[in-house]
Amino acid sequence: MTERPLPHPSPLTRPFWEGAARRELWMQRCHACGHRVFYPRHLCPVCGGDQLPWERMSGGGTVFTYTVARKPTHPAFAGREPYVIAVVELDEGPKLTTNIVGIPPEDVSIGLRVRAAFEDVGDVTLVQFEPEAT
Amino acid sequence: MIRGRSAVAGIGELPPRRDTGDETVVEMLSRIAALTVRDAGISLRDVDGLVVHDTGAAMGAVMMVEMLGLRANFVDRVGHGGATGTAMVARAAMAVASGMCDTCLCLTASTRRARFTGYPIVDSSPTAEFEEPYGGSGPNYGYAMIAQRYSHEYRLTPEQRALVAVQQRYNACANPDAIFHGQPLTVDDVLSSPMIVDPLHRLEIVLPTGGAAGVLVTTTERAAHLAHKPVPVLGVGEHVSHWSATYAPNLTVSSVKPAADRAFEMAGVGRKDVGLLSVYDCYTITVLLTLEDAGFCDKGTAGRFVEEHDLRWDGDLPVNTHGGQLSYGQSGIAGGMSHVTEAVRQLQGRAPQRTIPDLERAFVHGNGGVMGEQVSLILGTRE
Repeated sequence: MTERPLPHPSPLTRPFWEGAARRELWMQRCHACGHRVFYPRHLCPVCGGDQLPWERMSGGGTVFTYTVARKPTHPAFAGREPYVIAVVELDEGPKLTTNIVGIPPEDVSIGLRVRAAFEDVGDVTLVQFEPEAT
Repeated sequence: MIRGRSAVAGIGELPPRRDTGDETVVEMLSRIAALTVRDAGISLRDVDGLVVHDTGAAMGAVMMVEMLGLRANFVDRVGHGGATGTAMVARAAMAVASGMCDTCLCLTASTRRARFTGYPIVDSSPTAEFEEPYGGSGPNYGYAMIAQRYSHEYRLTPEQRALVAVQQRYNACANPDAIFHGQPLTVDDVLSSPMIVDPLHRLEIVLPTGGAAGVLVTTTERAAHLAHKPVPVLGVGEHVSHWSATYAPNLTVSSVKPAADRAFEMAGVGRKDVGLLSVYDCYTITVLLTLEDAGFCDKGTAGRFVEEHDLRWDGDLPVNTHGGQLSYGQSGIAGGMSHVTEAVRQLQGRAPQRTIPDLERAFVHGNGGVMGEQVSLILGTRE
């Protein structure tokens, strides 16, 4: 049995994971050009700006694309299949890789409205998404 | 200036196998080095340039120089994933054209054991931190998400995707070295194989194998006096845009376009001037995106294009006549190089059971990562 890969936060990425532990979604925004930056960086990938303060995101977004893993994509996920790996586009713009939970995989579709859902795993809190309450 | 200043003068190949035994990667690299220089009719003493990929050994390229007994004027190590093979040939062509070296060996090899040999090592990267905790490991999920998004934006049926696998399997049945030689496929076979990552079925995904491939690049003057008809490097183009599909500038319009455009422009030829497309095919969707973004059909029409054209070796637009990696086998980094060796074989008239008559030029394309690393080559029969 191999262990599930988990994040090892660095000084750069810690604000993201500390936010997640508080059930909040935080990302950087370039002070110079306003571009929202994810994953965390020292330099803005659009303009090269080096002032990237953190801001809290609303947690809402839509499914940009997804797949249903019918076979485990990693040995640690054996037994969890089928599970949904997705790219969610936040309402503020950034995209992130995540899982869609709280819904049968067959019911997931591109464009589905979702909200951040947080799951504590060991010492960290992962950011997943679930259907927005209607 | 690269155009026409260098040529491929030799190729070598260890065909795909399911299990390569206890041989190490560097041992396999040295075997493929010997086969490649022998094919060109020269000796290792005549080689003064070497390009390899990551061998797992510290300073692996330098160690290979020592192992092969070279005195190298140019050494490089390329890490473009699936585009490594074409990127190696591009770098060798640059090195020869610029005068840094005269004769450059490009070597790829991957070993494989049929039995379990351990889990992949988790690296320290944004991928490890922000994707792997969610099951985002390996290339399957990224290509599946591309296929899913593509089908949302454009029209593409599962049957059209399956046609790519079926036609390449037909080609593999004309190639005794292919891992699936003698095993023809139907569209139904592909679509009834197990779903692995929606919407991709098992037979739309490459089979990992072990094997090796080598290419020798030298000056056009020197190539004219060697064992085979020279295959001049007419154009090269490279474009790298992203690593993870999540951060791709555009998930359904790939970086194939800038790479292919540059290669065609350098070669001074158009799409209609190439008679073979030897293009990276880790998945069926990869071929479809490449056909569009390399300019062989309009955006969003690849599905219809593969229905209207015959991609078999004896069809109107031959694609991956060796079977492609989908049916030839994907021997790690050597898999990408198999598209180069097949194009050279066809241009030299050395693909006996699947010969494209009067072939003058081939478009060869390598794709790495999740459509983010792209390297195109135009190879020909004359300068």
